Amino acid sequence: MSTAKVSASARHSGPPFLMALPALLLFALFALVPMAIVVYLSFTHWDGLGSPAWAGVDNWREALTSSVTRNALWLTAKLMVFSWAVQTPISLLLGVFVAGKQRYRALLAVLYFVPLLISTAAIAVIFKNLLDPNFGLGAALNLPILGQDWLGDPQLAFYAVVFVIAWQFVPFHTLLYQAGARQIPASLYEAASIDGAGRVKQFWHITLPQLRYTIVTSSTLMVVGSLTYFDLVFVLTGGGPGYSTRILPLDMYITGFQSNEMGLASAISVVLVLAGLVLSLALLRFSGFSRMRSQQAGM
Amino acid sequence: MTPRMSRRALITASAATLTLTLAACGSSGRTAGGAGGDGTLAWALTQGSEATFRASATEWNKDRPDSKITYQFFQNDPYKQKLRTAVGAGNGPVLFENWGGGGLKSYVDAGKVADLTADLDASPAWKNRIFPSVLQSATFDGKVYGVPVNGVQPVVLYYNKDLLQQVGAQPPKTWDDLLALVKQLKAKGIAPISMGGASKWPDLMWLEYLVDRVGGPDTFADIAAGKKGAWSDPAVLKAAQMIKQLVDAGGFAKGFTSVSADTGQAEAQLYTGKAAMLLQGSWGYGSINTGSPKFVSAGKLGWAGFPSVAGGKGDPTNIVGNTANFFSVSAQASAKEKKTAVSYLKDGVYNDTYVDSLLKNGDVPPVKDLDAKIKASANADWSSYVYSLARDAKNFQLSWDQALSPELGNDLLTHLDQLFLGEISPEQFCAQMDKAAAK
Repeated sequence: MSTAKVSASARHSGPPFLMALPALLLFALFALVPMAIVVYLSFTHWDGLGSPAWAGVDNWREALTSSVTRNALWLTAKLMVFSWAVQTPISLLLGVFVAGKQRYRALLAVLYFVPLLISTAAIAVIFKNLLDPNFGLGAALNLPILGQDWLGDPQLAFYAVVFVIAWQFVPFHTLLYQAGARQIPASLYEAASIDGAGRVKQFWHITLPQLRYTIVTSSTLMVVGSLTYFDLVFVLTGGGPGYSTRILPLDMYITGFQSNEMGLASAISVVLVLAGLVLSLALLRFSGFSRMRSQQAGM
Repeated sequence: MTPRMSRRALITASAATLTLTLAACGSSGRTAGGAGGDGTLAWALTQGSEATFRASATEWNKDRPDSKITYQFFQNDPYKQKLRTAVGAGNGPVLFENWGGGGLKSYVDAGKVADLTADLDASPAWKNRIFPSVLQSATFDGKVYGVPVNGVQPVVLYYNKDLLQQVGAQPPKTWDDLLALVKQLKAKGIAPISMGGASKWPDLMWLEYLVDRVGGPDTFADIAAGKKGAWSDPAVLKAAQMIKQLVDAGGFAKGFTSVSADTGQAEAQLYTGKAAMLLQGSWGYGSINTGSPKFVSAGKLGWAGFPSVAGGKGDPTNIVGNTANFFSVSAQASAKEKKTAVSYLKDGVYNDTYVDSLLKNGDVPPVKDLDAKIKASANADWSSYVYSLARDAKNFQLSWDQALSPELGNDLLTHLDQLFLGEISPEQFCAQMDKAAAK
């Protein structure tokens, strides 16, 4: 009750609504208007030249029934799950590790963060060359195990993509966990060691629960972010071999800008927007992101 | 500051912002970015013939201050999208480079390209110097919408002479020769054929040649005409089966599906002795020559036509590839701009210095009576081979991904990729293509 009253009065005494106007106008002009146009285009046939012709629900039927789009949806979901499952444990452990105050850890932290400084396109080009079966790492080091046809084998390409994405984004999430772990008061650990808890126990019973909201933040970023992986996959595999890495954003791009079916591509992009909205709403609801409280009350 | 004042100030500020934004959207004008300066704007590609284009514009502009040509250059893949967006929005250039075929036809259908037929008919010398088979790629319903501006690009079979010598073999004359050669090379531990499979379009060259050799040019003519069930033609099925046969026999170098054609790796496999053969467009010669000039100058690079198929209908002189790149004139150009563009295409393109510049670069223009010039050029052996190939071909089939609509071309490349990967059978390939064509 009291919170409702506070927020109601804050609405009156806070900055006027007009202050938000410039931002809202820009948002409307560059986000809402184009989105409305995309919804309109999804009901037309248009090849980018001439004027769009009304198509009714043709594109929607195609987008919802075609095996290509369904496969793209499935791959996107799979990529989301795999990215989360691979990146979370690694970045959590790394983050907690580099949160320590020792010198050598600071040095290692600097090394871990190098991928953050490289642009996505550069990362994709580098890995494309490293993973090349004829001239890549496997051939250079003469290690047949590394000389697999990573990006050319439909079974392997998807996992190669998961790996490269993890390589790129683990540093960022490590940084989040590092910051989170450093916020945990040392007194908690002191109390625990007095009670006789070892390192592993301390990790499970202090570090992990205290990092709960960091995990939520990082997972939200990973899950919603995985809907927008485009540049890396585009340069790395272009959606191939066959359809094996053609995730939804790529499917949209290829349909729109290579096949010149703007209508169908618009329908796919609306699906993508809806998926993103539903996911972030669901995450907000189930993770308790909106009800977050300090975990250090009373300390 | 009272709230009222700040409110008014904000409204003014946001109104000003909005006006500025809108103004910026509306002011780009016809020259698309305004970087063109004065003169008639032409858009072209960075690779290949850029040097020739630049030189010809400099020469052209020297004596013609009133009808200048201004070039802007773009990279291949971004160019296709930029051109489409710009022309669609009415901001396109006057002259634009293209590949003819289905891509150009979509612009013609949208009414964006000027008809050049009358201009060509008015000047027989201009029209008659060009190979008719090449001009065909930019001709729709008997009207010409573009003229070639650089060299012909037929697809040929390159081979490493050393590696073929090791197994004591000649370049394959027939499909059976090729299969036997694959076996021999594999027995010696040599990868038979390298290919940039990750780029998908190199896959297509095999299908194009095999369909032609088995069924003749009519098979693709039916496909291009959109005839129902044309993809299930026995010739297409046979060609797809032959591809499967070659893949299953281990004809292609290990990992070919992850080799990108854009980085020259397939060529590198050939000249570093990792693979014995490569089916590639005539631009492959330039890549190999740049990658390893010694390999070419030592005479280790061989080239041959695509093998014939026993019992096939196609003439063995038939070739496939890119006929040439074309320049087309925008239908939105003013009368003066169009006049400048047409006179440049007539007198500025394929004149003596222009042709010499192309030949120096290893490009062979589809222009009649060049034998003497070619004999005197730097890469005489290669250039004469390409020239006679293009001149004597009974049929010069434009690459299918260019000849078909971009939509169908894209589906074709992906399904073909799946065929090479063994993900779908030859029968499935034909059925899926029929389905895609019926859309």
